[in-house]
Amino acid sequence: MIQRMTNCFGRWLLTAAGVMGALPAMAAKGLNMPVGVTELSGKIYGLHMLVLWVCVAIAVVVFGVMIYSIVAFRRSRGAVADTSITHSTRVEIIWTVIPVLILVAMAVPAARTLVEIEDTRNTELSIKVTGYQWKWHYEYLNQDVGFFSTLARDSDAARQLGSGIDPDTVPNYLLDVDHPLVIPEGTKVRLLLTAADVIHAWWVPEFGMKKDAIPGFVNELWIKVQEGKTGTYRGQCAELCGRDHGFMPIVVEVKTKEEFAAWLQAQQQEAAPEAQAATAARNADALTPAGA
Amino acid sequence: MQHVEAGHTGAPATDHSHHDEKPQGLKRWLFATNHKDIGTMYLVFAGIMFFVGGTMALIIRAELFQPGLQLVDPGFFNSMTTMHALVMIFGAVMPAWVGLANWMIPLQVGAPDMALPRMNNYSFWILPFAFTLLLATLFVPGGGPAGGWTLYPPLSLQTGDALPMTILAIHLMGASSIMGAINVIVTIMNMRTKSMSLLHMPLFCWTWLITAYLLIAVMPVLAGAVTMLLTDHYFGTSFFNAAGGGDPVMFQHIFWFFGHPEVYILILPAFGIVSEIIPTFSRKPLFGYDAMVYATASIAFLSFIVWAHHMFTVGMPLSGQMFFMLSTMLIAVPTGVKVFNWTATMWKGSLTFEPPMLFALAFLFLFSIGGFSGLMLAIVPADFQYHDTYFVVAHFHYVLVPGAIFGIMAGVYYWLPKWTGHMYNMTLAKWHFWLSAIFVNVLFFPQHFLGLAGMPRRIPDYATQFADWNMWSSIGAFGFGLSQLIFPYLIWKCVRGGPKATARVWESSHGLEWMLPSPAPYHTWENPPDVQFPDEPGENVMGDQPGPDTAPTHTPDGR
Ligand SMILES: [Cu+2]
Repeated sequence: MIQRMTNCFGRWLLTAAGVMGALPAMAAKGLNMPVGVTELSGKIYGLHMLVLWVCVAIAVVVFGVMIYSIVAFRRSRGAVADTSITHSTRVEIIWTVIPVLILVAMAVPAARTLVEIEDTRNTELSIKVTGYQWKWHYEYLNQDVGFFSTLARDSDAARQLGSGIDPDTVPNYLLDVDHPLVIPEGTKVRLLLTAADVIHAWWVPEFGMKKDAIPGFVNELWIKVQEGKTGTYRGQCAELCGRDHGFMPIVVEVKTKEEFAAWLQAQQQEAAPEAQAATAARNADALTPAGA
Repeated sequence: MQHVEAGHTGAPATDHSHHDEKPQGLKRWLFATNHKDIGTMYLVFAGIMFFVGGTMALIIRAELFQPGLQLVDPGFFNSMTTMHALVMIFGAVMPAWVGLANWMIPLQVGAPDMALPRMNNYSFWILPFAFTLLLATLFVPGGGPAGGWTLYPPLSLQTGDALPMTILAIHLMGASSIMGAINVIVTIMNMRTKSMSLLHMPLFCWTWLITAYLLIAVMPVLAGAVTMLLTDHYFGTSFFNAAGGGDPVMFQHIFWFFGHPEVYILILPAFGIVSEIIPTFSRKPLFGYDAMVYATASIAFLSFIVWAHHMFTVGMPLSGQMFFMLSTMLIAVPTGVKVFNWTATMWKGSLTFEPPMLFALAFLFLFSIGGFSGLMLAIVPADFQYHDTYFVVAHFHYVLVPGAIFGIMAGVYYWLPKWTGHMYNMTLAKWHFWLSAIFVNVLFFPQHFLGLAGMPRRIPDYATQFADWNMWSSIGAFGFGLSQLIFPYLIWKCVRGGPKATARVWESSHGLEWMLPSPAPYHTWENPPDVQFPDEPGENVMGDQPGPDTAPTHTPDGR
């Protein structure tokens, strides 16, 4: 019987190993969570894989015993029930304590990462993000730059009911906007999230972070894209926000610090007339005889 | 195993002749007070709603079959996801449990009927009105509710005329559930046959008893939450309106304080049914009976202190997130105990695989998969990625479809011969099982990949990289949906005729219900059965040597 059992487990381990080997390839095809481009997203990916493998290991053992029982103790194979097995305090204590230990082993790194995620000190750039039905508004605080970010036109045309346009012909279908958010790499950027009408949620999987944008309240999250990870990253509104909830994507362009500074300056100049008026109005409000 | 003596196994046969008279025609159903009639009505109602909600699911999956919008407007799509959830939760799963409770709890505890038969009638007949009201919202200006079944404000306050109708429908469903729950509690507490202590009750009664307390505790909370929505919308209050000093997140806290126990309301009775079926077809008593009871009770207790794990992204304080992460992870312990006990019940058993056992085994594997993804969702940092994606959709459908719904089907296949007096078509039932078990995985497993790859839930259209798995999921959905048509057909055939079922039906079934003839007479246990139970906790009242009159109808493998 033990022989049979080891055989059975052996087969299971082989299968499990096969699946493990296949996983990195599967991740490449978009079957798994992305590792992402921030330190935190990497840690979150690590936690996800840790818990996933713990679950797989438990599943191999528990499902293994179940399958073994189904195969070995079937009546058609002449199995006779041993009705004396009704409980066993020792076994029951073991299978209560072991899960507790496993849970603690998972909770510790999870709690550590959570503390890091919630540490919003020392941010270098703040951007206010406002969710609207159905677009995003980004405002670079104290930089006089702000703009709406709306679903790109070609996607919007293709997504109409019965448009006849094949989504495959639209580049980045539903994941493209007119004005992407632009942030510098290697900089701790703080997003201040709120909404103008209903609750939305801002999410870019490559940054590992998702947070609700709630009308009347301000939520914080921070992103620090690793050096050398410049590029375009895409996400979507993640909280049901009405009819066009599926059509308010998020696109973030990560630039080098120099490129970002240049971009910001260009934006400020472009918006100059408005911005100067706004600044002038602000200064007029705050005007004091000392007049800085 | 201690052998026990069965005393009266029902009223003497001569007594039955005049007791079995029942009201005829429409009146029998309209004014029903008999627990079996009401149970049947609940089950039929649940079956109808299962197909109504299933049709909505197929509309959703048809639209998601490929990228682009081909069939429905996004607003209608949103009302389909919203209604699908409300209909399945409140119309299919919960009434099915109440129906099974109505049928089986009096039989299992040796009571002649439910304790409050007329209230039982009201609690059923409220439901058709509630669901007519809910489904009618699809035809009013502004369309059906489209803000998700969670009804989060401010979005839900943008609903048109459907809002007050939905809220009234929810009130009706809540009232019905509370009445049903009171009935279960009073029946179990007051009408249990004398010799049956609480720790001799079948596990189905135990899990239902705990479910009933959960219902009474949380349905009023839901009622409060939706009433506040109503006053915010129509009477100028600002409970959830930040501009008036309210807080939209407060609604989420209140809703999930109801919502989390609610998910256990949907699943606990399934635990009970599986705990009945696995021992029967393993020919062994349930392993760790008392541990099963305590594990169920701890799950119920924990369900009150984990609600905010549904809302980790709303921006809670760090300490709040820590607390809800740890309390949620803790649920894995009693749930694990249950799964291990079921497995240990099969260990060194003598297993056969009749349809109820097949569904119970599928439950065991697939519910566990839902449990694993639940554990992953508890890890807050990872949940920031999983939250509101298809990973969550996959998770809760794994616990609800091969969890709760397979539990219901297992129960129906287990007790159907007791209800109808006929055996059903085993081959057809096995077809139903295998098609369901295969397609449910084709339907929901790919949704894990979609969620991890970044597809948000509740969207009618998606980026092209999600196309392949959505197509598979939709194929699975249609396969699963069409396979379900076997179920009502099989039940109809079984009601109409079939090989005669004996009292015990299954070779190793145990419990008071199997001491009654099949079909169970219209009135049962008018004299409470006098059964001697062993001292230790457990429910194996029949021992393992049934009398000649209770020889099983169904012996597997032709033995
Ligand atoms: Cu949104």
